[in-house]
Amino acid sequence: MREREVGVLVIGGGPAGLAAGIAAKEAGCARVLVVDREDAPGGILKQCIHNGFGLQAFGEELTGTEYAERYIEKAFAAGVEVACGTMAIDLTGGRVATIVSRARGLETVRAGAVVLAMGCRERPRGALATPGSRCAGVYTAGNAQKLVNMKGLMPGKRVVILGSGDIGLIMARRMTFMGARVLACVELMPYSAGLTRNIVQCLDDFGIPLLLSHTVVDIKGRERLEGVSVAAVDETLSPIPGTERELACDTLLLSVGLLPENELSSTAGVRLSPATGGAEVDENLQTAVPGVFSCGNVLHVHDLVDFVSEEAARAGKAAARYAAGETRPRGTVPVEAGSGVGGIVPQFLGEQIEGDVKLMFRTRGIYKKARVVAERGGREIYSKREMILVPGEMVGVTLKKDALGSGREPVRVRIEV
Amino acid sequence: MQKYDVVIIGGGVVGCATARELTRYKLRVALFEGAPDICSGQSKANTAIVHAGFDAKPGTDKARFNVIGNAMFDTLARELDVHFERNGSIVLAFSDEGIPELEKLVWRGVANGVKGLRVIRAEELRNLEPNVSAKAVAALFAPSGGIVSPYELTFAYAENAVKNGAAVFREAPVTDVRRDGRGGYLVRAGGRECAARAVVNCAGVHADEINNRVSAERIGITPRRGEYHIVDKSYGKLFKSAIFQLPTAMGKGVLVARTVEDTILLGPTAEDIPDREDKSTTAGGLAKVLERAALTWEDIPRRGFITTFSGIRAHCDKDDFVLGEPGDAPLFFNAAGIESPGLTAAPAIAVYLAESVAQRLRAAENPAFDPVRKAIPAFRTMDADERAAAIAKNPDYAKIVCRCENVSEAEIRECIRRPVGARSVDGVKFRARAGMGRCQSGFCLTRVMEILAEELGVPETEITKSGGGSYLVSGRIFGEEEGGRA
Repeated sequence: MREREVGVLVIGGGPAGLAAGIAAKEAGCARVLVVDREDAPGGILKQCIHNGFGLQAFGEELTGTEYAERYIEKAFAAGVEVACGTMAIDLTGGRVATIVSRARGLETVRAGAVVLAMGCRERPRGALATPGSRCAGVYTAGNAQKLVNMKGLMPGKRVVILGSGDIGLIMARRMTFMGARVLACVELMPYSAGLTRNIVQCLDDFGIPLLLSHTVVDIKGRERLEGVSVAAVDETLSPIPGTERELACDTLLLSVGLLPENELSSTAGVRLSPATGGAEVDENLQTAVPGVFSCGNVLHVHDLVDFVSEEAARAGKAAARYAAGETRPRGTVPVEAGSGVGGIVPQFLGEQIEGDVKLMFRTRGIYKKARVVAERGGREIYSKREMILVPGEMVGVTLKKDALGSGREPVRVRIEV
Repeated sequence: MQKYDVVIIGGGVVGCATARELTRYKLRVALFEGAPDICSGQSKANTAIVHAGFDAKPGTDKARFNVIGNAMFDTLARELDVHFERNGSIVLAFSDEGIPELEKLVWRGVANGVKGLRVIRAEELRNLEPNVSAKAVAALFAPSGGIVSPYELTFAYAENAVKNGAAVFREAPVTDVRRDGRGGYLVRAGGRECAARAVVNCAGVHADEINNRVSAERIGITPRRGEYHIVDKSYGKLFKSAIFQLPTAMGKGVLVARTVEDTILLGPTAEDIPDREDKSTTAGGLAKVLERAALTWEDIPRRGFITTFSGIRAHCDKDDFVLGEPGDAPLFFNAAGIESPGLTAAPAIAVYLAESVAQRLRAAENPAFDPVRKAIPAFRTMDADERAAAIAKNPDYAKIVCRCENVSEAEIRECIRRPVGARSVDGVKFRARAGMGRCQSGFCLTRVMEILAEELGVPETEITKSGGGSYLVSGRIFGEEEGGRA
């Protein structure tokens, strides 16, 4: 088997992996290798031909493909080696990866530091255990997006969307543009999991109803989908008998959640957070395994790619420093999620902080005119009033270095109504 | 008109096994399957258990063929290169009142000729299966119980049958069987008629319809649906054996069983339904499975759910297998009412039927018969050296298409090219496992569609999920069009 040594190995060549690779290179790492299983870098952005990307990062509105292109060009210009058609099939805690590609066969890569940037996958139908037929015509929204945008294939003509995640909302509009009739977007929760701007621009603008507190209770059709039953749900999210109605459709798209793809992380011994499904990291994005870092959607599912790039750049830089010998263990001071706060990243901080620290999380529900508060040792170290907080949009909390101080006292973040 | 010595109706495990066993003789054998693929019915959707044989009533064909079949699996798995593990079966009792019931099963098993059965107490049970619910107080342990992949076995049988000269036709539903007036039969399959000296009826849920066309000894089949959950393979290490339950006040127990692929099956329910093809799952059925499986496995991880499915058992009103020639239809052989333990019994039933047919037709042995079939080498089960060697021989092994199950492009192409190969996305899924993992084809679907289109020489718009009208897309928006469907 071939062997090679690199300074930083980045697994995944989507927006997170590219930004991490570039940052590692810029931080002075001589050999940065990014591996990606697909035939071209860019990850999911390759199929995101809609706009709305880059407002935070570049101050202009780009399509997903344009956004990716900027990073791809930057990576090549910086001298990052990007190996496509290459899949990492094993990773040890000692930062030895096995990768496989048609061009080079099996290879062992010994890395000074590793950045995990594998992204996430969509929850499939089976995970919901939605009863009914297993006929053709049921797709995850991302799969439908790939068929339409990359393969030029139309999944179907009469569409129901289950779940109101961003990809589902985007696909409601895309399918409408392509001549399909989108009958409804059905959401189990009393609120959408997607960005408000997507609800407005992808559903409202096209008169597509958003049925909150509803779900699909039956899937019908022997060979190809013929229809679904939709019912209202009660406060326990259980379908209410008698509220079923039939929607004749040939396509059901699922946008019911994203799951970080951490199977490889687990083989390396990386500890995962049950709240985010991603690794437990400190402010440098280092996991419990020394020299292994994590960023992007494999760490926690983001709402905007701009934040992915920003986070990944920090991971890439930290990885380069680790590879250069500036090794230090992951921080152990806990960051606690208080009332109203979902999975928070990072979960730990070092006792000594080098600069400001950015925490990110999603709220557990909708909060109007609420305060986001961070405390440490009885001191309020952050407070910000928000008009509205929704689970579909991430909350960023930047803790100033001075306010944060140092020591072993945990940091606690909560929503105050 | 095509003439065969033997026509087999039905391409489930019994039909395919019988085809293979018949090729041990100098006979022209044809198998007709009505569905777009073989292994589309009960053989695809069952508990995947090789039963020890303590459950069936002594003296029945179910008991007899179960025990003979069980003993055949070691050799068979070697010859056909299929995954089989003799990992033992366990039946749990949840109260002391259950212990005499377990002892009854031991005696029933002894009467059936099952070896090694014994009742074990809580402590030994905990040692054997540490993750079984604390509610279980005792269990029956059956060391000869095993697990097998039912579809792998069926495909392997079919491949080996074709290798030895049998012909397998799919999308060829048998619409008529009648006597030809000269001691043989005329079979209309897929719109064409052929002649057969003997017919073997392995038509599963339709076996009664076939039998009742040629025999006055009518049989009745009731479609009985069973629903299942599948849990991700990351939990597969929690249980070693297949774990049954004694019936309780809540009803007949359900099974918690690791599969040869390390996923865990929960189920089945048992519900008689009017429609022989209605393989949908129901909210009520799935809830029942979970409620009862929780007796065995207390904290079933909902985030580990991969998918659900249902299978239709062919329950015969005689409550036993119906095997062999009816009195009034010579050279017409039944394998009807093959429900549990049908998968276990299938190898034995096939040998029995093949021997009966060969004897009646006075067929000579086929000296060229080769019992060996090799599985498609799977990237996921290879060690590093094997992987390197496989890639050196075929670079497609270095291209992982299904990332959850680590299935390479080489395996997908090979499973399409093989005899009775895949023609649909589900065909690939059940032969090569692409799309069977935790993402359920979220990532590999489009690539599998591309490979199928290339290998079959059809446009992607023609690719189906499972044959027939199960088209995956409604048309093309852009790109080259090679004259697909309107």
